Amino acid sequence: MPLRLKIFTVIIGLTIFLGIIELVRRRKLREEYSFIWLMAGFAFILIAVQSDVLDYLSGLIGIALPVNTLFFVALVFIVLLCLYFSLRISALTTQVKNLAQQIALLQAKEEGNNSLSDRNTPQ
Amino acid sequence: MISEKKILVLIPAHNEEKRVADVIKGVRRFLPAAKILVINDGSKDETVRVSNEAGALVISHPFNLGVGTALQTGYKYAVQNGYKYVIQLDGDGQHPPEFLPAFVSKLNETDADFIIGSRFLNGNESDISILRNAGNMIFGKIVSFLIREKLTDPTSGYRAFKSTTLLFCVQDVYAFDYPDADFLLTLHRSGFRMIEIPIKVLPRTGGKSQHDGLKPVYYTIKMFLSIFITMLRRKRINKTT
Repeated sequence: MPLRLKIFTVIIGLTIFLGIIELVRRRKLREEYSFIWLMAGFAFILIAVQSDVLDYLSGLIGIALPVNTLFFVALVFIVLLCLYFSLRISALTTQVKNLAQQIALLQAKEEGNNSLSDRNTPQ
Repeated sequence: MISEKKILVLIPAHNEEKRVADVIKGVRRFLPAAKILVINDGSKDETVRVSNEAGALVISHPFNLGVGTALQTGYKYAVQNGYKYVIQLDGDGQHPPEFLPAFVSKLNETDADFIIGSRFLNGNESDISILRNAGNMIFGKIVSFLIREKLTDPTSGYRAFKSTTLLFCVQDVYAFDYPDADFLLTLHRSGFRMIEIPIKVLPRTGGKSQHDGLKPVYYTIKMFLSIFITMLRRKRINKTT
């Protein structure tokens, strides 16, 4: 890997790493979701510093150009990330649905109690 | 024989201010002592006021959650308040309330856990479109084949349930946008017994159907997928846990 590319990759990795930490610090991103992004930033830095890792991976998968391995791994990572978020959204959808139902049921109960107490109040 | 006071008539409604009052009055005529519950699924019109004035109890979702969830909210209310039977019919006036006593009789007389009002049993005529008729027939045949029982109208929304079935439907295993063929298949595979009774359906007199636009395409693909996934699941789900 050329030196200029190495420096560029390290900068990107560090930017992701520090950016994520700052987002968590400002409470814009929850810690549980930051972990996977910190790992992504770390992976960038690792690839830049130890470019042998990319060569080894290319040989393992059977890709001629290491840069294509980088694209391939990044794509797989993004697909898995999307799947993970779909799982989270599915769980959240069920939770939001249950909450909305509970609010509706409690509201109806409260209105029922209020109308009952209105009727029982002496005029 | 169950007292009529232990029967909940459930009406899901989304922007049905022009039609829901007549449905409520019709229910009152045929089941005078039953509790009528309208689930207002995030309507933007006067559905709540009209339903209240017609004498129904109204539970309002804070936003639109879909007909499947609206029905489940009603099931949850029924379970929390100890109702023995729930009969559901659409808020758009397509389901004539004159069939309500037939549902109650069947619930009392048979050991079925739930009853489906079928437009096609006994060869009743129906005004639905050819496309929807074909969809009904295909899903009916598929489910009939899978459960080894005759099912003619899997998409009918005119249904009745005993409390045993409701206890199952209030759980998170009930996750149906459109509780049709896949829902019936799930219930059957969970050990619940169903029967159909003949009903008639009136043409829609306005408003917006849940099957407008491109939704039938999504519905068909989703239903095939859902039936397939249901068949991959373990056959018997515990009824109450």
